[in-house]
Amino acid sequence: MFIFDFEENKEKVDQFIQFMDKNRQMKGVLLPVLQEAQNKFGYLPKEILQLISSHLGIPTSTIYGVATFYSQFSFVPRGKYSISVCMGTACYVNGAADILDEFSKVLSINLGETTADRKFSIIETRCVGLCSDAPVVTINNQVYTHFKKSDVKHILSLLP
Amino acid sequence: MNIKELTQIREQQWWELIKRLNEEPFKYHIGDGEISLKGEEFKLQQRIALRNIGIINPNKIEEYIATGGYFALARALENEPKEVIKTIKDANLRGRGGAGFPAGRKWEAAAYHETDEKYVVCNADEGDPGAYMDRSILEGDPHTVLEGMALCGYAIGASKGYIYVRAEYPKAVASLITAIEQAKAHNLLGNHILGSDFHFDIELRLGAGAFVCGESTALMESIEGKRGMPRNKEFRTTERGLWGKPTVINNVETLANIPPILTKGAQWFKEIGTEKSSGTKVFALVGKVQKPGLVEVPMGMSIYDIVYLIGGGIPKGKKAKAVQTGGPSGGCIPSHLFDTKVDFESLEAVGSIMGSGGMVVMDENDCMVDIAKFFLEFSVDESCGKCTPCRIGNKRLLEILQRLTLGEGEISDLTKLENLSRVICQTSLCGLGQSSPNPVLSTLNYFYDEYKEHAQDKHCRSGVCKALLRYEINDRCVGCTRCVQHCPVDCISGSIRERHYIDATECIHCGECFKNCPVNAIDVF
Ligand SMILES: Cc1cc2nc3c(=O)[nH]c(=O)nc-3n(C[C@H](O)[C@H](O)[C@H](O)COP(=O)(O)O)c2cc1C
Ligand code: FES
Repeated sequence: MFIFDFEENKEKVDQFIQFMDKNRQMKGVLLPVLQEAQNKFGYLPKEILQLISSHLGIPTSTIYGVATFYSQFSFVPRGKYSISVCMGTACYVNGAADILDEFSKVLSINLGETTADRKFSIIETRCVGLCSDAPVVTINNQVYTHFKKSDVKHILSLLP
Repeated sequence: MNIKELTQIREQQWWELIKRLNEEPFKYHIGDGEISLKGEEFKLQQRIALRNIGIINPNKIEEYIATGGYFALARALENEPKEVIKTIKDANLRGRGGAGFPAGRKWEAAAYHETDEKYVVCNADEGDPGAYMDRSILEGDPHTVLEGMALCGYAIGASKGYIYVRAEYPKAVASLITAIEQAKAHNLLGNHILGSDFHFDIELRLGAGAFVCGESTALMESIEGKRGMPRNKEFRTTERGLWGKPTVINNVETLANIPPILTKGAQWFKEIGTEKSSGTKVFALVGKVQKPGLVEVPMGMSIYDIVYLIGGGIPKGKKAKAVQTGGPSGGCIPSHLFDTKVDFESLEAVGSIMGSGGMVVMDENDCMVDIAKFFLEFSVDESCGKCTPCRIGNKRLLEILQRLTLGEGEISDLTKLENLSRVICQTSLCGLGQSSPNPVLSTLNYFYDEYKEHAQDKHCRSGVCKALLRYEINDRCVGCTRCVQHCPVDCISGSIRERHYIDATECIHCGECFKNCPVNAIDVF
């Protein structure tokens, strides 16, 4: 389990509360609020879900129901480098499955997992819209096109 | 701002734009009031939805205006809303997001209901993996989507629009934010647009990674802040949609077609394409093709022309096996049917659909059973779980396909696949379940032999299903022991400088020996 440290994250939490206050009137505000939390904290800590609940008057069960529905939200912190392999059709027919396997093998973790040192995690996406440059791998916000299985080790060695 | 000022901007900016484009004369063709891209691959294309892509600077509203942008809106505001609906209906513009429903009829239905509030929703959730035309339009020409939405708002009497855009498209989001700001600053969105009594605002909502949210009622649930599960279809969304109000939902490409239709007229549009499918369609031509990219062609062009004349054919001298259209809801069209025309009816007749326009080319190295499995995995992952056939049926389908690719299938599985597929199609709640077995049905239909080989002979002719491969060392072996060193399960034996052997009972078919053999002494069957 990951314990969320309110003290350490005080500034971010304050900004987040401001965001909720500012958009309180917005219809259907829950999704944008969850997205803000995911972006700010990198995942959805249980403590933050409770904060949203008391702040917006939405039952935690409802919030949890919505958050679990969408794959964008994560309940555990992702690694410092979130490696996302595109598994859309164009990337798949151009060998994305082999690339995913190679990352998995080299890092010794499965899809959806984070390495013990919290440095790397592997996720898959379904098409990032760069299909004509398939296969595509995204690491944090850096996009790599025409990716090859043999690039895996090299790319990982470049990440400090 | 009024139409006179808009005209001033246009005239002045047109010359600015030409000046900028003339710096790269080899790229652009500048004719009488029209600009197009130069190049072999554009000769067979006709660009309507993509008309400005790669030409104007998407972050400058002035350049959009220079090419005649926002004039369709300005002129529409001088006439009755029903004139707009009439033109769109006459043009027979059909929805480009998948189902092909006539946009004009949808607008007419929403206009008919009288309420305090109505909504226009732009579906920019582009979920079909392998299609990216909506991303390209949002990034390269966001104003055409805004103008299309405003025109829809005027036609049906709505004052609020939402764009539901995938979070996976950060650049498209940024480009939309800039475009909305600029349009507001120019009085082309907001209150009293161009001095009229028409008010229209657009808000962005980001998707959160759920394919089913591309379905119109699930999308509305999602905007309302709920789990994105499709509604029971008691009411049409044009009667009760977003927050229970009449709502028109249209796809990005559909909306991008609106301004040119209103500018050039219904007749012009109807003359392009086929009788029942007017206009053009953008395809994302990807996969095993020499020149992948977005192509916009008149409806009715043949698959062959798109793949070979525009896409340059298959790379590495391989043979085409099929093209897949319509993504997880569509089917595989085999190469002997490449003279099929791309329009709504013809594609359906061969067991596929137009879908959003993904066109993935596959060659002899792609296994059709594996492709069906790939799409089923997708549908199982993305099923929202509300209805039983889709939630459980797809899972059972996937299990059968997994068995086949692992060499554990039987010939009776093929009948099961077909029967179960039909049940899922007929009994699912929404379009996802109703179409998710299509990839299975179409590959079963056209590539039955491949299925049979997997089930009966435990053989995969494309060499994709690793568990079905058999590796054998032939007498070219020089006994270098490299394969022994790479084998993860130590199933290769033999002394140095002597021929080696693979113990087939232990082999896990990983292919490492094959890849590392320096003298090609390993055969794969
Ligand atoms: C599972 C599913 C996913 C869909 N995804 C999309 C999508 O990503 N984009 C889209 O425009 N339409 C999508 N649609 C189609 C929409 O339900 C709807 O028909 C369309 O947005 C209407 O706009 P149009 O008439 O302009 O095509 C999807 C439908 C289903 C059943
Ligand atoms: S399929 Fe990978 S970017 Fe589209």
